[in-house]
Amino acid sequence: MTPALSDASSTVFRDPPLLELRGATRRFGGILALNDVSLSIGKGEVVGLIGPNGAGKTTFVNVVSGLVRPDAGQVLLEGRRIDGLPADRIARGGIARTFQVVQPFPRMSAIDNVAVGAMFAGGIGDPAAARHEARELLAFVGLESVQDRPAAALTLADRKRLEFAKSLAMKPRFLMLDEVNAGLNAAELDSALELVARVAGTGITILLIEHLMKVVRRACPRTVVLHQGRVLADGPTAEILADPRVVDAYLGVRDRARRPGIEPRRDLA
Amino acid sequence: MIAQILANGLLLGGLYAAIAAGFSLVWGVLNIINLLHGSFIVLGAYGAFFLHTAAGVSPFAAAPAVGALMFPLAYALQTMVINRVVDRPVLITLTLTFGLNLILNNLMLLAFKADYRKVVLDPPLGILDLGAIVLPVDRLVATACSLLLVLALWSLLRLTRIGRAIVAVRMDRDAAALMGIDVRATYALTFALAASLAAAAGCLLAPLFPISPVASATYLGKAFVICVLGGLGSVPGVVVGGFALGVMESLGALSLGPEHAGTLAFLLLLLLLLVRPSGLLGRRGFD
Amino acid sequence: MRGLLLPLLSGVALLAAAAFATLAGDAYALRLATTLCLYIGLASSWNVIGGFAGYPSFATAAFFGIGAYAGSVLQAGYGVAAPLAWLSGGIVAALLAAGLGYCILHLRGHYFAIASLVVADVLREVANSWISLTNGGMGISLPLLSIGVEDQARLYFWVFGAVAALSVAAAWLVDRGRLGFALRCVEQNETAALMLGVDTRRAKRAALVLSSLAPGIMGAVYASWVSYIDPTDAFDVLLSVKPIIMALLGGVGTVAGPVFGAAAFLALEELFWRNLLELHEGALGLLVVLLVLFLPGGIRLVRPRRLLAFRPLAKPGRTP
Repeated sequence: MTPALSDASSTVFRDPPLLELRGATRRFGGILALNDVSLSIGKGEVVGLIGPNGAGKTTFVNVVSGLVRPDAGQVLLEGRRIDGLPADRIARGGIARTFQVVQPFPRMSAIDNVAVGAMFAGGIGDPAAARHEARELLAFVGLESVQDRPAAALTLADRKRLEFAKSLAMKPRFLMLDEVNAGLNAAELDSALELVARVAGTGITILLIEHLMKVVRRACPRTVVLHQGRVLADGPTAEILADPRVVDAYLGVRDRARRPGIEPRRDLA
Repeated sequence: MIAQILANGLLLGGLYAAIAAGFSLVWGVLNIINLLHGSFIVLGAYGAFFLHTAAGVSPFAAAPAVGALMFPLAYALQTMVINRVVDRPVLITLTLTFGLNLILNNLMLLAFKADYRKVVLDPPLGILDLGAIVLPVDRLVATACSLLLVLALWSLLRLTRIGRAIVAVRMDRDAAALMGIDVRATYALTFALAASLAAAAGCLLAPLFPISPVASATYLGKAFVICVLGGLGSVPGVVVGGFALGVMESLGALSLGPEHAGTLAFLLLLLLLLVRPSGLLGRRGFD
Repeated sequence: MRGLLLPLLSGVALLAAAAFATLAGDAYALRLATTLCLYIGLASSWNVIGGFAGYPSFATAAFFGIGAYAGSVLQAGYGVAAPLAWLSGGIVAALLAAGLGYCILHLRGHYFAIASLVVADVLREVANSWISLTNGGMGISLPLLSIGVEDQARLYFWVFGAVAALSVAAAWLVDRGRLGFALRCVEQNETAALMLGVDTRRAKRAALVLSSLAPGIMGAVYASWVSYIDPTDAFDVLLSVKPIIMALLGGVGTVAGPVFGAAAFLALEELFWRNLLELHEGALGLLVVLLVLFLPGGIRLVRPRRLLAFRPLAKPGRTP
């Protein structure tokens, strides 16, 4: 399970990786949500993070973004430790994330929602300039027609795109998209993936946390599989998805034996 | 000496448990800080006072009756007024109960005047001399009754359908609603139950402490402290918090002088909020 | 536009009141105008932490009281000149707020409310017991200024007026600037704010300190105005609650809301229950209950454009 970086340029190995986890562990009560996770992600990569429900994906995002502290292990951004730093400092340091359950500022306009990211992490101190930047980003994600509406009045799909625009406004170096595609229909999914591709094209390193295998297959050259808090597999997406252990764990064959009545989801593969 | 102080503290603490139980219940289940709570206690004490002077009823015997009288009043208050804002932010609910308390307190001042009254038991119950420690019997009886009240609440929550509904609403309101529990009615029941408990506790206090509308703030403050000490929303937590406060107050009264006992409690509260906002026992279900 | 228009209007209203009060030379009108300025200062200051940041602070009495005591002790005990003592009241309150900020701003909801409420109680007890400094429950009598009674009344009006104007101006600046943005984020979704790089701890501390300055100064000036304070008056819990009622009346979280709310509150106080004597507090309570039940968004005078346009009032856009 060595990181497969064969297609990345050799500079990745000279510089410290953009993001590195060393033995990150987080426990909730008796459950190991993250169990000794070590991982590195190079600059410019687009990596998929998959795993069944409860595999620790969201805990991973929370630990990296500083919302949750690891009980053990380290998180490094470009070789500097960031675990234990306050979440807002990590955000200003260049790590952005979206939430699986969208977290807008409900009574602020879409513009102001995005302007917050530009102002406090994107380096645009002036509110007027930040709003200008926000307008452009809303156009980029296709929300210009609803830019003045309060976030609470947007549809779920629009609020997901708003989350995306907010995180882009932070001018992040590393962007974690936590199930931004969940609940979208096929057309919405296409345009969402198109957006991801365009953002990746600007050089932002992306971690796409996903439930749907077909999404990672389309968007990510490399995939990491979490299972019961551990890294089960890590490598080129095509190989990973063909790995019988992954299929086993992911489709819950063993689980299914213990919990009859739970069928594997058909849309996974 | 120490044994006597501990005994005093425990006697006081047992009373405190009844003072705080209803407050904790409302906070835990309705997520409302009921600033009326202190006034409910005082109202109960007046009930005991008038029953005693008019009919010679012992305050301890009056407790259930006064509590039962309080029930419909509080139920009506909750359904007609508080339920309307129960889901609003803290600022709103807190301000509302503050306003209600201003009204109730003002009415009590008008009706009963500010001067202190006291139920004088005749004949006095005397003291129980155990050699090392001396226990006033009236306090002993009051504390026993108080713990009985708390035990009654605890069994009601554990053993009855209504109690289980209250616990369910506390744990997860939405899930409880999905299970067919009428959340609004449960709120009203909870509030009424808590008010009855407060009034009954007031009766127990009547022969021990001076009765006055002015005292309501003190009782409210103690309920706060006990909830934070013992952790929110569990009956055992209230008992532990009550005993802890009682013992600390009697120790504090000894070392700092009785007039600082209240300040000590508040300082303790601030300190606790800094260190362990969820209380010594942590946050648990109401069981 | 909204941002500019409202403080302007409030300023004009204040000036008009000032002109009225001083020109009329009527002691009653002057006292009323002075009280209005006091209320505006307190409500506007509370609004920064309670409205913008959405942290239900009940610490106004603590700030007011400690400011009153700082000013009084400095004047009566150490002979410090009044203006300096007044300023010191603000500084001491701000120091208290800064310390509190580190201690209680990690609490949320009820816990924060209670912690902030208890501060005044603790300080009251300290003032009661630290007799060598505060003269305990006997209170402190302050030296009178060596000017005529009428001049004095006018002076206090202008001082309160200046502090009120400054606190409204500060609220206006905060509302327009980065801090206001940060505080609105805190109010609406603190976790999301953190994730977007907002230093929420610093923003909340700044808000609490800002909300303590005017009450601290006003406490000190108030002590001189009435020339006597004691612990019960200085740390009265109503001092914490009244500004909240005013802000609720006018609209929580807006710049002009507390200004109008203060005026409305004072009007109600004067017209109705000043004459009720024994029912004073009950009537105040009734006002609070009615307000919370029926006007949760405030009296909504806060949007003059809307009033001028005579459009039907929309659903409240922000829940306080």
